[in-house]
Amino acid sequence: MARTVTAQRKAINTGVAWVIGLLIFFPILWTLLTSFKTEAQAIADPPVWFFFDWTLENYRVVQERSNYTRFLWNSIYIAGGSTILGMLVAIPAAWSMAFVPSNQTRNILLWMLSTKMLPAVGVLYPIYLIFIQLGLLDSRFGLTIVIMLINLPIMVWMLYTYFKEIPTEILEAARMDGAGLREEILFVLTPMAIPGIASTILLNVILAWNEAFWTLNLTAARAAPLTAFIASYSSPEGLFYAKLSAASTMAIAPILILGWFSQKQLVRGLTFGAVK
Amino acid sequence: MEHRKAFASATALSLVMASGALAQELTIATVNNGDMIRMQGLSSEFTEATGIELEWVILEENVLRQRVTQDIATSGGQFDIMTIGMYEAPIWAERGWLVSLDGLPEEYDVDDILPAMRAGLSFEDSLYAAPFYGESSMVMYRTDLMEAAGLEMPEEPTWDDIAAAAAAMHSDEVNGICMRGRAGWGENMAFIPTVANSFGARWFDEDWNPQLDSPEWLEAVTFYNDLIQEYGPPGAANNGFNENLTLFQQGRCGMWMDATVAASFVTNPDESVVADSVGFALAPNRDGVDRRANWLWAWALAIPAGTQQEEAAMEFINWATSKEYLELVAEREGWANVPPGSRTSLYENPNYAEVPFADMTLRSINAADPNNPTVDPVPYVGIQFVAIPEWSGIGTLAGQEFSDMVAGRQTPEQALERAQALVQDEMEAAGY
Amino acid sequence: MSTKASRSAARLMLAPAVILLLAWMLVPLTMTLVFSFQRNLPLRGGFLEWVGFENYVRFVSSSAFWPAVQTTVVVVGGVLLITVVLGILLALLLDQQMWGQGVVRIMVIAPFFVMPTVTGLVWKNMFMDPNNGLLAYLWRFFGGDPVVWLSDVPVFSLILIVSWQWLPFATLILLTAMQSLDSDQLEAAEMDGAGTLSRFWHIILPHLSRAITIVILIQTIFLLAIFAKIFVTTQGSFGTRTLTYLIYQRVLESQNVGLGSAGGIYAVILANIFALFLMRIVGKNLDR
Repeated sequence: MARTVTAQRKAINTGVAWVIGLLIFFPILWTLLTSFKTEAQAIADPPVWFFFDWTLENYRVVQERSNYTRFLWNSIYIAGGSTILGMLVAIPAAWSMAFVPSNQTRNILLWMLSTKMLPAVGVLYPIYLIFIQLGLLDSRFGLTIVIMLINLPIMVWMLYTYFKEIPTEILEAARMDGAGLREEILFVLTPMAIPGIASTILLNVILAWNEAFWTLNLTAARAAPLTAFIASYSSPEGLFYAKLSAASTMAIAPILILGWFSQKQLVRGLTFGAVK
Repeated sequence: MEHRKAFASATALSLVMASGALAQELTIATVNNGDMIRMQGLSSEFTEATGIELEWVILEENVLRQRVTQDIATSGGQFDIMTIGMYEAPIWAERGWLVSLDGLPEEYDVDDILPAMRAGLSFEDSLYAAPFYGESSMVMYRTDLMEAAGLEMPEEPTWDDIAAAAAAMHSDEVNGICMRGRAGWGENMAFIPTVANSFGARWFDEDWNPQLDSPEWLEAVTFYNDLIQEYGPPGAANNGFNENLTLFQQGRCGMWMDATVAASFVTNPDESVVADSVGFALAPNRDGVDRRANWLWAWALAIPAGTQQEEAAMEFINWATSKEYLELVAEREGWANVPPGSRTSLYENPNYAEVPFADMTLRSINAADPNNPTVDPVPYVGIQFVAIPEWSGIGTLAGQEFSDMVAGRQTPEQALERAQALVQDEMEAAGY
Repeated sequence: MSTKASRSAARLMLAPAVILLLAWMLVPLTMTLVFSFQRNLPLRGGFLEWVGFENYVRFVSSSAFWPAVQTTVVVVGGVLLITVVLGILLALLLDQQMWGQGVVRIMVIAPFFVMPTVTGLVWKNMFMDPNNGLLAYLWRFFGGDPVVWLSDVPVFSLILIVSWQWLPFATLILLTAMQSLDSDQLEAAEMDGAGTLSRFWHIILPHLSRAITIVILIQTIFLLAIFAKIFVTTQGSFGTRTLTYLIYQRVLESQNVGLGSAGGIYAVILANIFALFLMRIVGKNLDR
């Protein structure tokens, strides 16, 4: 906003906003701090804030006890794999609907959206049975497919709204110059579509990373990603706050960083293009 | 059966051929209790000796149960070894879902397993799950606090003794008594039914009619509720075994009634600030009722039928539940930390006899009778559970009602009334 | 406009997405529908007999059903109320000029990216635990008796945890919508002597109405399906058993596939009612 305000007003705004911001952020900050404490310091009364012997011991213990890198790798595999597979399916679909619309396009888009509303718990048992039949239970591949499918509608929608914004005049000009379908896609559309595609990828990685229904219910050991890794801290023996914090920090850090980069795109993706 | 085996070995063979000389890998599902974590730590020895790699899935008790049940009921085949208990073993064995452990070698010495454990884990005289540790429940109390209060805990207390002790020890820093309140059929529903038994209540009459509306249930549940409200820790409704263990180790409980296996953790000076002042007593009963509030349970390793690694799994079970494993733990961590309650020879071992809780553990186990859990006759087997497939659902739902009661959100009357309705629903849905 | 060739190419490009989603929707849903008419108990051998609509009747008449519906409504409604009201206020605030706006924005948005299992466990243990949680210290510091959050005020606690995660979502979307507001319009109103409140009621709120509706609809759909947070905190105890969680318990803990499937079909119908409204709004947007 271009309006200027007084310095006093600005200072008040700043103060209020920082207090609220810190309050909302506090649980994450506290988890981060706790992860560097000993278990005794983690439950100390009164709580210790910054002045304690910072230690990396918890990270070492967590890694040793539950093989963090394997869970991390599974998360990367599933988030990355489902995004790549999803884009392979979603880009052509979104492209065709954006540039060669038919009178069915609107219905197809809405129908795709409606599949996203399918409550997972209603189909858990059938999916479980299908997975057994196909030998996909506790396999990264199987989970990748499921996560890809639940996010596919969002991918198609998001890409569609981006593609829609590419001016069709450019396409027509290219066609007049005799460009074929292949050239059209490769040289004209792709460069213009790259920002949209990048945002879609980013959002999808975040959603896939945090998915916590299918990842908890379709995995045991080999394919279990970080969501399941954290759930195993649900009710352990003895003092565990520091270890829980270390595990949590490791699980959310990568995606927190990605998320901060993609705030804007998130809005478009999660509202199916209705808010930009 | 023969077909199935031939088929299994054929698939196993083709898999081995397809994957070349891949190292064998077993997936083991187990519960996140101290003894299992220790087993995981020691298992590198097993891998070194045999070359068999292990993949651990360590879950919280409620989740573990639900996960392995789902897997076995749908032949999911996610696990090669499952940690199960006395409830599951006979039911699953009857359905043919488990591999019989008759194939364990001579040296394993099946006859050494405590008779009560062996009986609970067998079906038609075959062992289907090998006990990793066995337990009953008992009273653990702070000798220093009792002394300060001028009280003495009898070896065979009644509920009145317990209530008096809890009242005497309760203070601002110390909660008089810790008991399970957390919902779950393996959490509060392992504990509350034993209280009910010791008041003479039963789950079902001989025609499978739920009996939670009986005066005995009301008396038992009211007593439990009063005790935990008056002298229990804040948030008792969220406390299960592990939460209470932590509290007791921190010196915040005067008394704790729970699994005998906890004795080794509360007397371990590395983990417990009250290690040298813990006394043990048998689980109580109501004066005049001829049943004590102690359960019988074993955490045992079983092999689901259909695994392609039956032999390797058998080898692991042979290692993890053997006499040699007990010696290995003793050598590394001392006799007090050996997984208890599984083998007769352990209790005949003079080294183990010196462990302060050995005798009380064995007496507690021997005092439990799964076939006659309460005073009146019942159509079911099991002390703190009812050995029917519907139990896990009943236990989960009823457990949440009692947990609600402990949270102060409903009275014992309301909890029982709603639990009775839920049990009735559940039994009707199952076609009783 | 487009040639015949490009039309059939377009259809070909659309086909994989449509076929995959069609299979993903129809196959499991059909199976659930079939199961819902069976007495199907895996622990007793699986399929036993056809029972018609018995499971549907039983699910609704079970003593756990109405409390679950009530909990669902309270949780979804509570979270919506908190996130929308606070979201509007936060969006208004963040839209102002200040120092370090970028950093504040990042802090406010962060909770949305935290894994649901982490959210649940961190709140349950490190904040709400009555013995060692931070809130308990706070209470004791001021001389109060620690609140046992998860059992004394379980539904409120759940709403609090969920709202913490979803408030950033509402804020982000409302802020984005706010930024598209024409500042000339506001200035004109200001010059006409309209007070802050009146500007809010007559200009800002109407401008945000569509974004608010979308926030409500999208959140409702996600909130109806909340699972992980309940799973790692109360596992449905203390009246936090929502419809989703009840169905989950029926299928996985009671191992009653028929009954659970009937519940699943109810859940599908319920979600589709909200989906219809959402699609009407989003669909309108397509026509523009």
